[in-house]
Amino acid sequence: MAFKLTVNGHATTVDVPPDMPLLWVIRDVLNLTGTKYGCGIGQCGACTVHLGGQAVRSCLTPISAVGNQPVTTLEGLSHDGSHPLQLAWQEIDVPQCGYCQAGQIMSAAALLAKTPKPTDKDIDSAMNGNLCRCGTYLRIRQAVHKAAEIAGSTSKTKTMVPAGQER
Amino acid sequence: MKRPENQKLERRSFLKISALAGGGVLLGLSTEPKASAQGRGTPPAPPDPHNYIRVAADGTVTIVAKNPELGQGVKTMLPMLIAEELDVPWKSVKIEQADFDETKYAGQSAGGSTATPNNWTPMRQVGAAGRALFLTAAAQTWKVPESECSTNAGRVHHSSSGRSLGYGELASQVAALPAPNLAGLKLKDPSEYKIVGHTQPGNEVPNIVTGKPLFAIDVKVPGMLYAVFEKCGLFGGKVTSANLDEIKKLPGVKQAFVVERPDITDAVLPGDPGLENGIAILAETWWHAQSARKKLQVTWNEGPRANQSSEAFAQRAEELSKQAPQRTIRADGDAEAAIQGAAKVVEAAYSYPFIAHAPLEPQGATAHFHDGKMEIWTNSQIPGNGRRMAAQTLGMSEKDITLHLVRGGGGFGRRLNNDYVVEAAYIAKQAGVPVKLLWAREDDMTHDYYRPGGFQYLKAGLDSSGKIVGWRNHFISYGEGDRFVASGAMGPTEFPQRFIANYALQTSVQPLGIRTGALRAPSSNAFAFVIHSFIDELAHAAGKDPVQFRLDLLNAAAPMPEAPAGGGGRGGFAPPGVDPARMKGVLELVAEKSGWGKKTHPKGTAMGVAFHFSHRGYFAEVAEVKVDAANKVKVNKIWVAADVGSQIINPGAADNIVQGGIIDGLSEMMGQEITVEKGRVVQKNYDRHPMVRLAQAPPEIEVHFLKTTFPPTGLGEPALPPVLPAVANAIFTATGKRVRHLPLSKSGFSWA
Repeated sequence: MAFKLTVNGHATTVDVPPDMPLLWVIRDVLNLTGTKYGCGIGQCGACTVHLGGQAVRSCLTPISAVGNQPVTTLEGLSHDGSHPLQLAWQEIDVPQCGYCQAGQIMSAAALLAKTPKPTDKDIDSAMNGNLCRCGTYLRIRQAVHKAAEIAGSTSKTKTMVPAGQER
Repeated sequence: MKRPENQKLERRSFLKISALAGGGVLLGLSTEPKASAQGRGTPPAPPDPHNYIRVAADGTVTIVAKNPELGQGVKTMLPMLIAEELDVPWKSVKIEQADFDETKYAGQSAGGSTATPNNWTPMRQVGAAGRALFLTAAAQTWKVPESECSTNAGRVHHSSSGRSLGYGELASQVAALPAPNLAGLKLKDPSEYKIVGHTQPGNEVPNIVTGKPLFAIDVKVPGMLYAVFEKCGLFGGKVTSANLDEIKKLPGVKQAFVVERPDITDAVLPGDPGLENGIAILAETWWHAQSARKKLQVTWNEGPRANQSSEAFAQRAEELSKQAPQRTIRADGDAEAAIQGAAKVVEAAYSYPFIAHAPLEPQGATAHFHDGKMEIWTNSQIPGNGRRMAAQTLGMSEKDITLHLVRGGGGFGRRLNNDYVVEAAYIAKQAGVPVKLLWAREDDMTHDYYRPGGFQYLKAGLDSSGKIVGWRNHFISYGEGDRFVASGAMGPTEFPQRFIANYALQTSVQPLGIRTGALRAPSSNAFAFVIHSFIDELAHAAGKDPVQFRLDLLNAAAPMPEAPAGGGGRGGFAPPGVDPARMKGVLELVAEKSGWGKKTHPKGTAMGVAFHFSHRGYFAEVAEVKVDAANKVKVNKIWVAADVGSQIINPGAADNIVQGGIIDGLSEMMGQEITVEKGRVVQKNYDRHPMVRLAQAPPEIEVHFLKTTFPPTGLGEPALPPVLPAVANAIFTATGKRVRHLPLSKSGFSWA
């Protein structure tokens, strides 16, 4: 079946089964590798993307449920690592293996879009659906604060809204 | 502190130089590997020149990272050692991942926290040899003595004449120079370090945060199909029949076939049996293959293991504990008599479960068979084993199999086993097209090489002064006869052997039908919990402060035996015994940093302490926990003191991996347990085998490194083991209830 999609600001059409999860459309059809598979049951958060600006688990989102909502993946934040979260993740040197970090960053991006100056508690609750098997949690928390600081010191609205979600 | 500063090189090393087309030079440390590693396989081929350093005519420096990277930071750390001695600015260095070739890069593996101790000297020598050659080339150009020349930031300087030349300008000349003698090279004094000892961010972080294809799951080969592989829930089960004709007609499915390995019968004990029987489904996307799989109807011949269960294991362990032990592993003095004559006797039974590794990237590899040769992209921790097993299984020569090393989304010991690599190779060869095999999480959780569970029945005696006079452990594990399952053994030097005159370690085993293997800090991750919790029981029984009791115990050490050639102990990962001076150093440091004994805590909050030596590292840790009225445990803070030698190579990464090891240990306590019913593993995903989440992690983990004069050693593993007993001991002090069974729910506690 053909589905029209807007991913990271680009319109495209995919011909896939309606129950195919968005995750596998992104990875195996659109060849965007940032979004990861970890569990397939919404437990780990490695597949987190934004759908209409909301953080969702793409492994549990069938393509038929996407409709005309824009999809943003990690690659849609910026290609050059210049998004405040990408900058903060580099500055704090968060990753160990790095496999979960796309999902972590996308959950953090959804948090900061709503709560530009989050508390530890805000971060704990927004990021609690994202597992890090390497245990980089303390740095993740630190990096979310750092990203809020970077975003606050630059032009907020421009930098925090990823491509494809401009309204 | 009497050990020599530099570890003796186990291999004969010499430098090889080759000219590069275009005027560059490549330098490498060639090694003559031992005739046959662990007596397996064929002797490695004669050494070949290989490249670690590439200096282009324009001065660009490329350094090759030889080991598999799975998040331990080695792709940044090993090149740091070379760059430091080569004397080039770190910012100008490009890092390149080596393919697998042990004739060029001796020892390409990730395991046992060995990268640092094995490479600390050789990698610095590679860099220093490079620097020496550039010095020679410049001195010859200027016709001045080398002693008048110096290097700085990728240039050679002659200060009296004010001349200088960049490494790139000297590269073509260097190619013609003879190799310097590695042993004669002067290495930098640590006070001169500009790179080592200074935090360098992970070199792939910019690619990770932008989603570049880095991991095994991201590999793409033109014309590739995506594969799933359905195996029996019981290890060794075979396909009797399957509805493959139907499966082949499903949308997107290109091929489906049975993989038969008739010789797989009793392969649990040897460790890595490689390819299992099953059904491969290949499709245009992974989702098509996985969807088709859900329609599979298979009749399995389940084999002989369908009767096993965790319940029966526990019952059998209880029975064995009441019988005479099957074997004695160690007997120093007379433990029974000492305990009988003791003023006080403490007895306790401990147990811990099977645990899965569950790295976040599921197992998978990409393989392409073409023109009689095989190419494999893998995140294996021991790629050499994968290649050997693939060659044996497919009847190919190892030289016809090329391995590309791809970043792994965590390893933790799971990828020491290469079953998934052999599966990918087999399926690709049979399919005749490139294949990316990816396991579902459920495959990973139910086909792991589990950390073996176990049972320990301990008994010890204290004299009237509170000193331990006798110790007996009846260790009940899995195995057959004299053989333990992989990672299910306890050795004759397990702590506190050598610290108690009357020490008995006895064992009994029962057979096991699931595979086991090394999980981060293998055996220590379980034994530390038992041994250092029981020592805490003894401290309390003796009425002593838990830190002081441990210092007294360390002071009671018999002299340390000399290290046998090749390392000895725990698979060669550890010298034969704990150095009490080093352990006391970290114990005293952690007591000081945590304010041990100097704080008053509200009711339900307390501190606990433990230390453990593993993988050459000395770690002492203090946990502060809060336990509420409902027995919910919250870890407030962990203090860590570590002695891993004279130098922390990449301090930021070191803190990160120590904190990660602590959190990993907390996950193991919190709720991880693999159980077996009717021979099958029950837990299939993270919902039933949880790990600590952000809000469940301690808000603070304070890490202190105690620098000593010993050569630097690794950090991937040794931080983990002590945190389990430290938390368990804090829970006891907070509540008066002892945690003797893991996960915590087995001892009446849960995680807040």
